[in-house]
Amino acid sequence: MSLLPFAQWCEASAAGHAIRTSPWAFAVIESIHLLALSTIGGAVLVVDLRLLGYGLKRHPAAQLARDAYPWLVGSLLVMLASGAALFVSESIKCYYSTPFRVKMVSLLLAVCFTFTAHHRVAMADETRMRPRWRALIAVVSLTLWFCVGASGRWIGFSG
Amino acid sequence: MSSFCEWLAATPGSIALHESFFVYPLVESVHVLTLCVFVGLAAMLDLRLLGVTMRRVPVSEVVSRFLPWMVAGFVVMVVTGVLLFYAIPVRSYHNIFFRVKVMLLILAGVNAWVFHARLYTRVADWDLAPITPRGARVAGALSLVIWAVVIVCGRMIAYDWFDCDKAQSPIVVRAAGCDGYQR
Repeated sequence: MSLLPFAQWCEASAAGHAIRTSPWAFAVIESIHLLALSTIGGAVLVVDLRLLGYGLKRHPAAQLARDAYPWLVGSLLVMLASGAALFVSESIKCYYSTPFRVKMVSLLLAVCFTFTAHHRVAMADETRMRPRWRALIAVVSLTLWFCVGASGRWIGFSG
Repeated sequence: MSSFCEWLAATPGSIALHESFFVYPLVESVHVLTLCVFVGLAAMLDLRLLGVTMRRVPVSEVVSRFLPWMVAGFVVMVVTGVLLFYAIPVRSYHNIFFRVKVMLLILAGVNAWVFHARLYTRVADWDLAPITPRGARVAGALSLVIWAVVIVCGRMIAYDWFDCDKAQSPIVVRAAGCDGYQR
């Protein structure tokens, strides 16, 4: 099944048309997307640096993960909402864009990983887990989120 | 300053960077993604000062553990930012978003300096307080707002709404220094 009809439908939607024809809407939504990017970066780093042993070492990772959780989820929701608005304004371009496809796949992987394996390890009893295993989870998380960000930035550079 | 930018724009390095197919986007990507490290951690520190996250972590610990990463991130931001300016000096210099951004960067620096020189010296008194004293909260809130506007201005530099090569209102002409604009 091709997703092209869906992309065409999005692009033809009233929201897509409104954002595309407004001189400033895309810029404003993009700015919101960037503000949420900074926040999600902070929320991810607080936990992952701790798992790597570089962060707030004297505090349990579980406590930091709980503290960062609302900021992670909140900024992720803002990212998804603003990202969806950007998408409907240029869906057909996105459909044919390799960086966009890479981004969607890495986003799916990053979200699944963050709320399953990563969450379980961050919340687990530290004495019962090897540091190397925790570090690996952090590296995978950082790599996946980096792929999301880097491919996201590259959408704007490709045709 | 305008003639300095014109001279800069004519240097081979500036032209090469401006016309490069991969290096310019790469520099820009590094600039944007480093936001996560620098502004991301700065925001978490600010939110701690405001008492809305990591309330059980002493402020001094957040500062000492985050600062090396923030400094590293800041250095990358400045180096890539300077390179981006170097690639497009004249247009950037006459861009009002760029001008506002530079002023806000100075303001952010002053805010950080006041926090470290005046408020942070007494951190021992409120290190474990879930909510910090008013001064520290104001510094945290100011930092959040300033960096947010810096990010928005940075993004808006890319748009040509107020560029000098278009007809602009007298206010924009003055703010962007369009009278000294050439080319």
